[in-house]
Amino acid sequence: MDEKTLIAKRVALELKDGDLVNLGIGLPTLVARYVPAGRHVFFQSENGIVGMSGPITGAENHDLTDAGGSPISALPGAASFDSALSFGLIRGGHLDVTVLGGLQVDREGRLANWMVPGKMVPGMGGAMDLVTGARRVIVAMQHSAKGEAKIVERCALPLTSVRRVDLVVTDLAVIEPTDAGLVLKETAPGVTVEQVIANTGCELIVAPDLRSMPIEG
Amino acid sequence: MKNKLVSLEEAVTRIPDGASLLIGGFMAVGGPNRLVDELIRQGKRDLTIIANDTARPNNGLGKLVVEKLVRRVVTSHIGLNPETQKQMIAGDIEVELVPQGTLAERIRAGGVGLGGVLTPTGVGTTVEEGKRKVEIDGVTYLLEMPIKADFALVAAKQADLYGNLTYALTARNFNPLMAMAGATVIAEAEDILPVGCIPPDAVMTPSVLVDHIVTSKPR
Repeated sequence: MDEKTLIAKRVALELKDGDLVNLGIGLPTLVARYVPAGRHVFFQSENGIVGMSGPITGAENHDLTDAGGSPISALPGAASFDSALSFGLIRGGHLDVTVLGGLQVDREGRLANWMVPGKMVPGMGGAMDLVTGARRVIVAMQHSAKGEAKIVERCALPLTSVRRVDLVVTDLAVIEPTDAGLVLKETAPGVTVEQVIANTGCELIVAPDLRSMPIEG
Repeated sequence: MKNKLVSLEEAVTRIPDGASLLIGGFMAVGGPNRLVDELIRQGKRDLTIIANDTARPNNGLGKLVVEKLVRRVVTSHIGLNPETQKQMIAGDIEVELVPQGTLAERIRAGGVGLGGVLTPTGVGTTVEEGKRKVEIDGVTYLLEMPIKADFALVAAKQADLYGNLTYALTARNFNPLMAMAGATVIAEAEDILPVGCIPPDAVMTPSVLVDHIVTSKPR
């Protein structure tokens, strides 16, 4: 299993039956493929739909896309609406879970994921509203990039929100930000605590009930 | 009553250089893409664009940026149009980045006569710079100001000859909000119908907001 699939499968276990979920562009979109059997989850796209399918080919409708502009379909029971209502769902506490990619997460659990000054200024799109307003924020990202830790003492990159995220799922570990600091809850299959610590740029608290990610190959 | 149905050329002729334009669409889906092409054909310049994103260089309003017709953009995302980023870094275009939900509410506020909106989004980030903060029941909010513009260019699925509009699926996005916040509203519609063909409950933008209608289908 590649790293992205592992991350997506682990995040998918966090989704509960009946949840309204928004998946960010990139790695997070993979999560939709691995929703556990028997759980019905509603996916929102911030351009104005609840009840979207994943990307489709064939039968494309030019009026129906995800937030990246890729064709999707509307599942039975879907609803479409304007951008104010869409962000009202997000900001108003109606969105159960958002899954977003990350550039950095700091020891206080704050996320930076929208720009790299001088290099990449794409704009925040809906990310700031999602992190501020979703009931639960899950960051899905590689543990490190080009050998550099992405989980750091303090984000050097501009923050997306000062709100503490709820869970960080990487190819090495599951980490829960708490009042006491970042708690290492799970390690990926075949990964040791020492490997996680060596690839993390700040202190981790090892949970007393540390376990291996409940993912089968 | 005056006839709202006008030619594409006539509709765009009314827009002067230097105008501010709210342009509907999300990655050009639900965007008034024929009106945009006509802006380019008529060479309108020094435009201020307020839109969710600047699309891609070869798509929708992204082409306005490529043609260097834009002086200022207020938007949430420019990541898929490298030309916007390039012109921004070169100082040729001014870009104000606004969180998407805040952009929607600022436009809504502009259209419905509110003096601003209070949002928790952006507190503690670079977005709060220069903005007033208001604390209510222990929660800090940013005061975000309303947005209006000289024109709103919107894309509809259907228009009747009075100007009642419907939108389809995710092509709705910012269009109904913008149709309230433009001093002059030009709607580009796929289907143009006789009055009475759109049931009242189906109307998403009431006709009184719309000044001109053009067809999105080349004749």
